[in-house]
Amino acid sequence: MSPQNTSTETMTLFSPKLAARFDALVDKYPLRRSALVPMLLYAQDEIGYLSDAVIAEVAQRIGITELDVRNVATYYSMLRFKPMGQYNVQVCTNISCMLRGAYDLYERFQEELGIGPKGITPDGIFSLEEVECIGACCWGPAIQVNYDFHDELKPELVPGILAGYRGRTGVPSDGSLSLGWNAKAEGKVPHA
Amino acid sequence: MPRLVSHPDEVKIVSRRFGQGAAKIDRYLELGGYAAAKKCLDQGPEWIISEMKASNLRGRGGAGFPTGLKWSFVPKQSAKPKYVLVNGDESEPGTCKDHLIFLHDPHAVIEGTIIAGLAIGAKLGFIYLRGEYRYLLEIMEKAVADAYAKGFLGKNIFGSDTEFQIITHTGAGAYEVGEESALMESLEGKRGVPRIKPPFPAIVGLYGGPTVINNAETIASVPHVIEMGAAAFAAVGSERNGGTRLFGISGHVERPGVYELPMGYNLKKMIYEVAGGIRGGRQLKAVVPGGSSTPVLLPAEIENLGMDFDQVGKAGSMLGSGGVVVIDDQTCIVEFALRTISFYQHESCGWCIPCREGTDWLKKTMTRFHAGFGEAKDIDNIKYLAENMLGRTFCPLGDAAAMPVLGFVKKFRKEFEDHLDGKACPFAKHVAPEITVA
Repeated sequence: MSPQNTSTETMTLFSPKLAARFDALVDKYPLRRSALVPMLLYAQDEIGYLSDAVIAEVAQRIGITELDVRNVATYYSMLRFKPMGQYNVQVCTNISCMLRGAYDLYERFQEELGIGPKGITPDGIFSLEEVECIGACCWGPAIQVNYDFHDELKPELVPGILAGYRGRTGVPSDGSLSLGWNAKAEGKVPHA
Repeated sequence: MPRLVSHPDEVKIVSRRFGQGAAKIDRYLELGGYAAAKKCLDQGPEWIISEMKASNLRGRGGAGFPTGLKWSFVPKQSAKPKYVLVNGDESEPGTCKDHLIFLHDPHAVIEGTIIAGLAIGAKLGFIYLRGEYRYLLEIMEKAVADAYAKGFLGKNIFGSDTEFQIITHTGAGAYEVGEESALMESLEGKRGVPRIKPPFPAIVGLYGGPTVINNAETIASVPHVIEMGAAAFAAVGSERNGGTRLFGISGHVERPGVYELPMGYNLKKMIYEVAGGIRGGRQLKAVVPGGSSTPVLLPAEIENLGMDFDQVGKAGSMLGSGGVVVIDDQTCIVEFALRTISFYQHESCGWCIPCREGTDWLKKTMTRFHAGFGEAKDIDNIKYLAENMLGRTFCPLGDAAAMPVLGFVKKFRKEFEDHLDGKACPFAKHVAPEITVA
């Protein structure tokens, strides 16, 4: 992956806004590496996954080895090393949601999307996974699409949810498929 | 948006500002906000700690440790900086109370953090939210920025000579990070692997400095203790269990939701009156009283059970995180147990062998069992595995996995036996088919 922004002092993979945020983040904590986990997550939100280049830049920004970054990153279940769909549908099937029909919901998502667990639709718009408790137990069954919660769901609501997201997609001009939820929420296209 | 519920038996203290726009700082001030922190600044650390002790406030994360006592363990003099760390990693299945606190009353968390900081002499506090709570993190970040703008945080809080700063922090998906030592590791930018204790965090914590770590609900309760007075707060609850609890009632009830009830409130009443009883007129089969790690209770065991740390402990379970999961008579307990252990197997970090191997073998055995390939000896083997995990790990994840399993096998042995010898599940439910049995 080639650096996309060469105008700033150091070459960076990230948008100017995120790069500036990272500059502030590493100095905020008593120890630089405290910024590591948030940086990885925010980087993933923008780039879509933790590519080798992302890991290298984060390591360099914090001043630790790439191996050290990988060692930490593999611990956290939200961090991933390959792209997912632009909208990652995460269905909670843990006990509270299960009791209220989470597996029926999960099955319906699989049928509607035509993909199985951890699958990605051919157009790259959706991916699907079963996740552990997302902290919406009293409003189950619940899902998250990227960072968006949807609660008190029924299988018959699935087509409408998917249609809502499909309507929001604009295929980004640079071909990158996964925008962070924040970028989308702010109505932004990926940085050029 | 999570639905708010209400019931006449509720005593709204921690939730009194829910649904009133208190995430906006001006509204929070109108509703009496930040007066407690100002008062604490005037009164000083010893007064704060004595109030907290007298309030009988106990840790809402699950362990129920007295908050005032915890704060008093932090040494007055310390060569290294002291810290406050707020645990908002809320990940125990069945628990969603902190979700509402961050959503509706973020300033209560900030104010409680300031008070904890004043009590122990810290200048920096961290508020750690689980990674999935991004929209709540953004609400917290805005609230912190607003508190800085008003001068409630910074070098000179409320115009005094006292400094207190807050940093908000996101996790990235890890149940185990909710354990306090793993939480500190995560905040230091490492894998969330637990530390051996002692030393306890109050002596050697974050960055090696003395650290107080409290659950978000505990911290959000703190300003209310100061506001009401310790005696009034203690009087709301039961003996040695001050105040209220945000009970999250989920599963097979008519009106699931987060209800704020006094400590010691009867569990049966909570299910049948507050939450409207069992959904669809079915019968109650079992209750998990405090999040998925707490041993299951039978209907007969909840008749006269007051929901506080001591009474639930005496009944052989735990109050835990206050997440009450209600199970009706159409539910397969073997499936429920399998889903429970699958979670702990997924979340075990692998650092301690009894937990890593134990959760894995328990899941494998129960998967096979539920699929109809179980043998009679498997039931005792499940017990044997679980018993050998208890107390043999650095952090309580091993116990959290073993305790509920033991409860299911002990109290529902007959139902496990009904799955034997290739018999299909009597409830004919499907289950997470991660392990396929040939």
